[in-house]
Amino acid sequence: MKMNLQIITPDKKFFDEEVDRIVFKTTEGDIGILPNHEPLTTIISIGYIKIKQEEKERKASLIGGFAEIQPDKVTILADAAEWPHEIDRSRAEAAKRRAEERLAKKSAEIDRARAETALKRALVRLEISQYSDK
Amino acid sequence: MASIRDIKRRIKSVDSTSQITKAMKLVATAKMQKAKQNLEATRPFFNKMQATIASIVNRSNGIIHPYLTERKVKNTMYIVMASDRGLAGGYNVNISKFAYNHMSDKNNVKLITIGKKAKDYFNRRNFNIYDSYLGISENPKYFYAAKIGETILDLYKKQEIDEVYLAYTSFKSTINQEPMIIKILPVDVSKFEEVNEIDNTDIMNYEPSEEGVLNYVIPKYISSIIYGAMVEAAASEQGARMTAMDSATENAEDIISKLTLQYNRARQADITQEISEIVAGAEALN
Repeated sequence: MKMNLQIITPDKKFFDEEVDRIVFKTTEGDIGILPNHEPLTTIISIGYIKIKQEEKERKASLIGGFAEIQPDKVTILADAAEWPHEIDRSRAEAAKRRAEERLAKKSAEIDRARAETALKRALVRLEISQYSDK
Repeated sequence: MASIRDIKRRIKSVDSTSQITKAMKLVATAKMQKAKQNLEATRPFFNKMQATIASIVNRSNGIIHPYLTERKVKNTMYIVMASDRGLAGGYNVNISKFAYNHMSDKNNVKLITIGKKAKDYFNRRNFNIYDSYLGISENPKYFYAAKIGETILDLYKKQEIDEVYLAYTSFKSTINQEPMIIKILPVDVSKFEEVNEIDNTDIMNYEPSEEGVLNYVIPKYISSIIYGAMVEAAASEQGARMTAMDSATENAEDIISKLTLQYNRARQADITQEISEIVAGAEALN
């Protein structure tokens, strides 16, 4: 038994294949989905997705968005998704530094929230970029 | 009648113009191909987004959400998308005029413009331009769409604006682009195309809650609709430029062929005159 997984980002269809199991992070915590899951729509936070296909397990970053889960089908609309090799490490590191600098300074509330999400994004990207694609 | 030298000079100048327009047409064609690919890549995201919102609203019985409910309209926001550069035929004027004619009262209108041409158009007419974006129309990025989305939702929440329209040029085909105006806030689910395909009897759970999901999804939807329009407008711009440059090149060729005819006639007249002068001279000698 398999299910179809689609990951769509604003600029492309990132992934569209049959999979055995996926794990990703929602605002309520990590969630693992096997085929025949009950229908559920949930919000994705900044994190990664693990995709298992037979013996292969792949990881990709998955940043913001929401997922619609049906028994035979999962559709994820994400703000951004990247395979490890697509991540620009130096850019992520620069983003991390920038966010940390901004957090060190005490400024208005909204800037703080933005810097925190920027930092989270950078950390996820750095972590994912260490894995191989295979 | 113009002298031979004058005609020759004109031919040369028209010819160099036609070379420029021809080159611009080729550039526009290449850019349009890219923009068209972009357009196809964005559509699935946008369609799925609409379907999800429609399905949440349809399944939950009469959910009340500020983004979904109409209220008395005092101030209207228009987002107008044109281009930074001209030489695109009627592209910029058409969309600006279309938006202008749609506005009922200038004093209650706030504007966000994309592209220098839209900004200039409404500036000249003394409109209240809330914000303007330059240099992004040719190469749209989701980032800007999200920023615009954030701005309008914020104003909407503060009740500074009560409805939002989006004016852009829809890309029907390479040679056909059409100005369009759509209302993006408050969101009107009944107008969604996918709405009829949804089966209301399906059960769906929401995490954290229906409202929580809507709160999250609607801003995303707004950004995605703005992004979709930006991508369409970019493709339309190149399409319009391509057509405009194509006819400019054709016109130049027409002018050149007319001028060449004139030139040959003038040259022939010169030669004839010379011959008759020689003949007359020879006759006089006899």
